[in-house]
Amino acid sequence: MRKEYETVIGLEVHVELATKTKIFCACSTKFGGAPNTHTCPVCTGMPGSLPVLNKQVVEYALAVGLAVNCQVNQHCKFDRKNYFYPDNPQNYQISQLYLPICHDGFVEIETEGGTRRIGIHEIHMEEDAGKLIHDEWGDASLVDFNRSGVPLIEIVSEPDMRSAQEVIAYLEKLRMTIQYLGASDCRLQEGSMRADVNLSVREAGAREMGTRTEMKNLNSFKAIARAIEGERERQIEILEAGGKVIQETRRWDDNKGVSRAMRSKEDAQDYRYFPDPDLTPVEIGDDWLERIRQARPEMREEKIIRYQKEFGLPPYDADILTGWKRLADMFEETTALCGKPKEVSNWLMVEGMRLLKEQGMDGDGLSFSPKNLAGLIGLVEKNVINRTVAKAVFEEIFRSDVDPEAYVEEHGLKVVNDTDALAKAIREIIAANPQSVQDFKNGKEKAAGFIVGQTMRAMKGKADPGLVNQLVRKLLEEAK
Amino acid sequence: MGILELTAVELGKWIKSGRVTVEEAVQACLDQIKKAEPRVNAFVTIDEEGALCRAREVQRKIDRGELTGPLAGVPVAVKDNLCTRGLLTTCGSKMLYNFIPPYTAEAVLNLERAGAVVLGKTNMDEFAMGSTTETSAYGETRNPWNLEHVPGGSSGGSCAAVAVNECFYALGSDTGGSIRQPSSFCGVTGLKPTYGTVSRYGLVAYGSSLDQVGPVAKDVADCAAVLEAIASHDPKDSTSIKRADTRFTEALVDDVRGLRIGIPRDYFGEGLNPSVRDAILKAVEVLRQKGAVVEEFDLSLVEYAIPAYYVIASAEASSNLSRFDGVKYGYRASAYEGLHSMYKKSRSEGFGPEVKRRIMLGSFVLSSGYYDAYYLKALKTKALIKAAFDRAFASFDVIVAPASPDTAPRLGQSLCDPIQMYLGDIYTISVNLAGLPGLTVPCGTDSLGLPIGMQLIGDCFQEKKLIRAGYAFEQSRCYQGPALARELERLPKSEKQRGLSGAEEKASRAEAFGSAFKERADWMKGGSK
Repeated sequence: MRKEYETVIGLEVHVELATKTKIFCACSTKFGGAPNTHTCPVCTGMPGSLPVLNKQVVEYALAVGLAVNCQVNQHCKFDRKNYFYPDNPQNYQISQLYLPICHDGFVEIETEGGTRRIGIHEIHMEEDAGKLIHDEWGDASLVDFNRSGVPLIEIVSEPDMRSAQEVIAYLEKLRMTIQYLGASDCRLQEGSMRADVNLSVREAGAREMGTRTEMKNLNSFKAIARAIEGERERQIEILEAGGKVIQETRRWDDNKGVSRAMRSKEDAQDYRYFPDPDLTPVEIGDDWLERIRQARPEMREEKIIRYQKEFGLPPYDADILTGWKRLADMFEETTALCGKPKEVSNWLMVEGMRLLKEQGMDGDGLSFSPKNLAGLIGLVEKNVINRTVAKAVFEEIFRSDVDPEAYVEEHGLKVVNDTDALAKAIREIIAANPQSVQDFKNGKEKAAGFIVGQTMRAMKGKADPGLVNQLVRKLLEEAK
Repeated sequence: MGILELTAVELGKWIKSGRVTVEEAVQACLDQIKKAEPRVNAFVTIDEEGALCRAREVQRKIDRGELTGPLAGVPVAVKDNLCTRGLLTTCGSKMLYNFIPPYTAEAVLNLERAGAVVLGKTNMDEFAMGSTTETSAYGETRNPWNLEHVPGGSSGGSCAAVAVNECFYALGSDTGGSIRQPSSFCGVTGLKPTYGTVSRYGLVAYGSSLDQVGPVAKDVADCAAVLEAIASHDPKDSTSIKRADTRFTEALVDDVRGLRIGIPRDYFGEGLNPSVRDAILKAVEVLRQKGAVVEEFDLSLVEYAIPAYYVIASAEASSNLSRFDGVKYGYRASAYEGLHSMYKKSRSEGFGPEVKRRIMLGSFVLSSGYYDAYYLKALKTKALIKAAFDRAFASFDVIVAPASPDTAPRLGQSLCDPIQMYLGDIYTISVNLAGLPGLTVPCGTDSLGLPIGMQLIGDCFQEKKLIRAGYAFEQSRCYQGPALARELERLPKSEKQRGLSGAEEKASRAEAFGSAFKERADWMKGGSK
């Protein structure tokens, strides 16, 4: 019989910071420029060029560190990590080994077994590498240094997680925290948040750690969950067969659902780390630290409480709305414009979330302007359009950020509340459906509903449903 | 007296008064270069066309009153490890035989703002690693005082060029003595400023924590004027320091009364050539007679400086030079299979033996398991050496030392014993480890007529004390360049009328200087590569 095993997981999370310029030069960090257009002598490793630290990087790293309860090294340094690879123009990466900016923090995550504390070993600042493009036709590889020097922080957790669920909860927690701080947009698919998973298994109750592997190339939460399951099983199978897990780096192939070894510990490179002599130590004075502390924006937990207190939202609404910084911003901005928090919440949570899901997007995908959602809510409020029409208009706002008033006007979607016109239409429908009149006479309430539905359809959904209901009943009574 | 005998500041005055035009001065240098280069080989690249063009531009600015500084219009030579936009920058290496930088080093830009005209790029030990200028891939530079001797290094090209009047002053760089030692060997004046005084932006790094750019000139007044022009706080260099006291020419005062001069006994004992010792002590006596207070003391830790220096400089170099990989610029092997073969072959073929030796040494001391024992220990030693100097400067304004244990060795003598060559750096490297300023002034010659230099060492930011002491000493003697400089000047202009852009003349010597020379010459002709 197979023994019981416990999975032990630690994460290395790379987060691309939201600075406008690179970490050591003034080049733009914008995504998607033509190859090598966001470059200069510094980020292409020209001889004689020198790095100058972008202070904003330190501020974002500090903000994240403080938010995850870290200690700050107020005297921190940059080190060079030496290795040869063409995407790395200097053949060393400027990173932090000996004195990282933050260390010894934690976050709390909610699990089935209650709140768990996940330790954060350290956070360090470093530069990203360029991108290699392998020419499939020619016998060559091309290098694009636009990404070279884009600032990153690496958040290294303690091996405190025990399941894929905990890993996802931890990552979600980091994502939301960092998004709320504005330090990064944290998009896994686009690579602005990347996670490497260190995993080992051990017999339940054992104190010694098992041999771990490091898994790379995990581009979504789903891939992370699958990779964890896969690697756990792989290691257990090895142990059950009496084998030994080899300490190595593996690459996950999410399409095939398998991983393959990239390099073992034996071929691990000696990075010959040493303090970068081109950069002076970063001295973080108490006043600087205090300014970062003071500048901390409202975090999710605080928003959840405030949304209930200030806007009277149910806890469920507050929880969903704050799940994405963009969603929360949208809620607050729209509410500020129309003063109807519950309405705004309903639109975002029901229609908004439905459309996001349909498009395979998350709360960051909302791109319309709050002004238009507020406008839509106003139109419904003033009974200019009915709810059915409003849903259609919302879809248009969601997709192409249309001005609801202009759209409704242009497409003739205003509510019809001309009693004579409605009565005329209802009479025609009653005349065409004698059976329904008969049913109504026999006390079948449903029949009235049918007539109402037919009327709404005849009016192309634009009729005022209250008015239609009222008129149908009156005319059916008359027809009795 | 021809204009080539003038100092930089004197020429500046002549130009300002209209006694000579910038173009005439530049042409005089170019003529001298044509005559001297076949013997001295102080330059890797000569920019005849660019210099003459720039000369006319500078002259117009002077005429319009836009350039009024003391160096306006004065021709300069720049060490080949300082990037110059559009002008070949090789670092004396085959690795960069075709590297044309897209930007100019901040120190050179500062000179250009002051109206300097760059004549070309001077020869150096490959990537500034060496003490003789023999490790250059473009042939060794020879000492104008005796062509069978080395000029010292690594700024040997700059020092020889100044000595033989190919230029009025030059820029060098000093990581472990590379300005002060060749200045001593070539009988010129060289100053290594306090670390952080001159921007390193555009200086191809050797040992980043030790490298400083500085002037090489005919006298102390020129050094002060040049340093005043190149010192700047540069936001592009994180190690650059904001200094308020950079009016160095204010210190050109012939007054050393009360100046406290320390003579470290450890620097004047065994291993020092007696004629060097005597010349320096005689110079100190001149200062004493002028009112300086001279006292001997023990500096201590002297024997630890060389190992600490070679560990730190090599460690940094091994990382700094890793960017030369054949991927982005510079030399790439012509035949290779795959990435690693390209790296290996390009670096094996592109770097010379001294560079490889230091890359290996540096990689070793940084490798896991050795880092603490070597690199960390060297850093601690560096801090102790700095502390020893701090103690000394509590009692002294200036420390006097030799710049080298001996005068210039014969060609070929040093490279066969690298350890012996490293030991020759004993009097200069502590100054870099402690980040101090150091000034070498000529103070005599040995029995062979080879120059001897006296090194003045100051506390951080005390260049003015060095300048004052050096200037006061200088007033007691007149500058005498090598006889060769005057002989060449007297040669009729027509004797050596050859193409100067480098290609033809130097290609003819390609065989003697090995393949790098040919690569470069072919490439400059737009040839086969």
